[in-house]
Amino acid sequence: MQPVSYKTVSQVAGPLIFVKKVENAAYGEMVEVTNALGERVRGQVLDAGAGLAVVQVFGSTLGLSTEGTSVRFLGETARISVSDEMLGRVFNGLGNPRDNGPGIVSKTKVEIVGSGINPYSREEPSEFIQTGISTIDGMNTLVRGQKLPLFSAAGLPHNLLAAQIARQAKVLSSSENFSVVFAAMGITSEEANFFIRQFEETGALERTVLFLNLSSDPSMERILTPRLALTTAEYLAYERESHVLVILTDMTNYCESLREISAARSEVPGRRGYPGYTYTDLATIYERAGKIKGRKGSITQIPILTMPADDKTHPIPDLTGYITEGQIYVSRDLDRAGIYPPIDVLESLSRLMNQGIGPKRTREDHRGMADQLYASYAQGKDVRALSAIVGEEALSETDRKFLKVAQRFESMFVKQGVNEDRSIEQTLDLGWQVIDPLSDSEIKRIKPELIEKYRKRTTAQ
Amino acid sequence: MMKEGTIVRITGPVVTSEGLEGAKMFDVVRVGQLGLVGEVIKLEGSRAVLQIYEDTTGLRPGEKVVNTGQALSVELGPGLLTSIYDGIQRPLNVLKEKSGDFISRGLVIPALDEAKKWEFVPTKKSGDKVSQGEIIGTVQETQLVSHKIMIPPGVSGELKEIKGGKFTIREAVARVKTPSGEVDIFLASKWRVRTPRPISRKLPPDTPLLTGQRVFDTFFPVAKGGTAAIPGPFGSGKTVSQQQLAKWSDSRIIVYVGCGERGNEMTEVLATFPELEDPRSKRPLMERTILVANTSNMPVAAREASIYTGITIAEYYRDMGYDVALMADSTSRWAEALREISGRLEEMPGEEGYPAYLGSRLAEFYERSGKVVALSPEERIGSVTVVGAVSPPGGDFSEPVSQNTLRVTRVFWALDASLAARRHFPSINWLTSYSLYTDDLRAWYQQAVGRDFPDMRTEALGILQKEAELQDIVQLVGYDALPESEKGVMDLAKMIREDYLQQSAYDPVDTYTSVRKQYLMMKTILEFGKMEAEAIKSGAQAVQIAGLPVKTRIARIKWTPEDQTEALVQEIGNEMKQQFGAVVQEVKV
Repeated sequence: MQPVSYKTVSQVAGPLIFVKKVENAAYGEMVEVTNALGERVRGQVLDAGAGLAVVQVFGSTLGLSTEGTSVRFLGETARISVSDEMLGRVFNGLGNPRDNGPGIVSKTKVEIVGSGINPYSREEPSEFIQTGISTIDGMNTLVRGQKLPLFSAAGLPHNLLAAQIARQAKVLSSSENFSVVFAAMGITSEEANFFIRQFEETGALERTVLFLNLSSDPSMERILTPRLALTTAEYLAYERESHVLVILTDMTNYCESLREISAARSEVPGRRGYPGYTYTDLATIYERAGKIKGRKGSITQIPILTMPADDKTHPIPDLTGYITEGQIYVSRDLDRAGIYPPIDVLESLSRLMNQGIGPKRTREDHRGMADQLYASYAQGKDVRALSAIVGEEALSETDRKFLKVAQRFESMFVKQGVNEDRSIEQTLDLGWQVIDPLSDSEIKRIKPELIEKYRKRTTAQ
Repeated sequence: MMKEGTIVRITGPVVTSEGLEGAKMFDVVRVGQLGLVGEVIKLEGSRAVLQIYEDTTGLRPGEKVVNTGQALSVELGPGLLTSIYDGIQRPLNVLKEKSGDFISRGLVIPALDEAKKWEFVPTKKSGDKVSQGEIIGTVQETQLVSHKIMIPPGVSGELKEIKGGKFTIREAVARVKTPSGEVDIFLASKWRVRTPRPISRKLPPDTPLLTGQRVFDTFFPVAKGGTAAIPGPFGSGKTVSQQQLAKWSDSRIIVYVGCGERGNEMTEVLATFPELEDPRSKRPLMERTILVANTSNMPVAAREASIYTGITIAEYYRDMGYDVALMADSTSRWAEALREISGRLEEMPGEEGYPAYLGSRLAEFYERSGKVVALSPEERIGSVTVVGAVSPPGGDFSEPVSQNTLRVTRVFWALDASLAARRHFPSINWLTSYSLYTDDLRAWYQQAVGRDFPDMRTEALGILQKEAELQDIVQLVGYDALPESEKGVMDLAKMIREDYLQQSAYDPVDTYTSVRKQYLMMKTILEFGKMEAEAIKSGAQAVQIAGLPVKTRIARIKWTPEDQTEALVQEIGNEMKQQFGAVVQEVKV
């Protein structure tokens, strides 16, 4: 289709413009909107009708008028040029260079709305990624091809944690091609600079592609940003055989943009004003993580979202949790107690953990140890609540043991340094030390032969 | 016959077309140059509104729309088993061959292999009178399942011709002379997904669907032909529970509908099922399984259809006289698909934006379950058990999908996130779950497991109930302040929770427990409880009993293979007598 221009804008409402007399704009077609002063913004067709097209503008509608505005339909849906040259570069939320470098010229131009991976072609993720963080490696193991979000909230150190993961993540016994794609949606320039500095310091920047849509940038761009990032990641993973870690932050801002458009279109709102298709829309982002049979690369996603008012039942964390394979829960209580990383394991989960751990992958006592720590910590926390009422003296012998285990768990296992990179062996041995106060018969989740084998070993040290 | 129209508007998965005169509701249409598959969902004069099962990006007004005049149907015949389909019955493995690792659009692929030859063994001969639903022969579909070839509903008459041998599904194997002409019978037939397959009559449920999961079989059983709902907030172990059911339940056929679920999870099913062995026949589990997978990133309208595709296939095998279990994970995603399409149609929303017809659609779906006498002179009995997962947002059961589901299902397996957090799996809350089948199944359990089994169930539940009450007191005054007898109850309840209810899906032995072993385990624990109560009555302290070595032995029963259980339980029985005897002796001295 050849590009066609129209000057028949009939209505401008929020981020939407209505163009009349358009004959056959395609659903999802990209447009270029030029106002009377010659300033240009990009947009996309949201509703394609004979004689009327509704266009969503990625940018400000400031200065647009029904007269003098020209809308050029570009004849193609949203695409991005991808190449190896993108590594080490910084782009804006629409995929244009932000670092004064040249634009990306490539023969490979890919639609950013990717088709779904055929479930039949997927490979079951099973390669253990060691992040060096005990609460993740030991109890909520990340594997290649997984999507594991950080559920955080305002004022918590999720950025520090995400950067630490990106820095330390490695697959045992493998030194394959590894890269990072970072997509920022509506974060502050300070936060963005933090990440860039982190990548620079560790020399990771040259294998990182950044897409930055800052809080000062148009919110509508955020609809495209994660898709540009994932399309780039797919190219790197499946064409260039790289293992890509994609960090998306902050998904809450993304959903807010989605709500903004929905409201502008006067759609029937679902929960808290978010559109009914929020789940489907989020799925088209998160489901692009994975591994494909017969292809070398993989895409592992770590989306970050901030829960409004720390509310886990808010639609954004709720819907995300239903799509992603677990979540890492960043807790305000632990943060207040001065524990970093403040990961609350009781609220966290990795659904693919079992595929990544065990005898040949990590260690045979991994599953049992994780379960034992979960159970003991949960029990210990209950006892803690109880002792707040009745006092520690009134506790039974067993209860006091579990109280102690919970204490040790937080101070020895959860707490670690920002640059502390623990091996999985260290993490599991720490686990044995944590449960040291328990007697063999109280260790119900670990098989007796493993208790025999590992307990002696660690306590002998 | 095929009518052509043009597109006038596209909004997401909903397309409006002009010029499809004579289109009927739910006719299947092919849309645009790519020929995307869609369905008529609304008619307004010459305009037809269509829902499209594929991504509509790039469609333009003016492109053509072709009406096939057929309602959305599934193809039923040999080859269904071991298949994995998308929401509109396209085999995903063939899709992969045709379009690579990513699903491209507009592909039409036959659901069943058209080239494969099946060995057809007639059980009728020419000249026989046959009527609708009657079996005229069999095909060994997999080593586990013999596929019965039935006369399609609506056809009755005299067999003019029937031949054995190797046939494809497109070759006629028989011919029936009916009053209105001759009808060819093929190995495969089609059925409209939105219409339930006809039956002779429904029967009351009286046999449990055994799952090998202790909390289900003992405490909250579902009957064959019954309905169950598993609502669970995310991370509460819903998927694992459902997969356990699919792996271990004693139904002959499993239909697993992954509706709007995770791609990697579907892959896990695909990777594990072929490796799993059917515990009874030692054959791969896939030989009795059909998977319908419409992951969350696949088009939303196909998600709406996937539930119907699944239940129609289930009904088909039920009509052959098999017990079928259908798992739908998750009906909330299906309801959301309804909501999304309803929103695009600009319909007046009901509760939380869901369409007003949500309740009736859910009820219609669950009503397709049941133990039935199939439509046939032979009085065949088959059943479809439906287990639907519900994913209430934020774990709030008061939302419309959960509420409407609870109104029509008879078993409620309440998954509990706080149990999951303390790694109590399966995290079924024993206080809020219920089964309305326990009375219907009482006779069966008494006969097949043990006369005292239903009473043991009641007793165990009573202990757990008592524990919950005591828990409130403990919260206030602490465990040590309880009287010894109540400490005993607390300890016993803990045993039931940890040594009976908790069951590991990943342990090769613990993953499945026969009802016989369940009976032995429960009997041992309750026996311990009785001795404990006795001992405490004669002056023993709860703490003495808590330290008895036999407790560790009881905790190990679940890890013990089935064939060694009887002996172990015997030993434990003796040890209990001995150790309690010693305790009582000590007290007396």
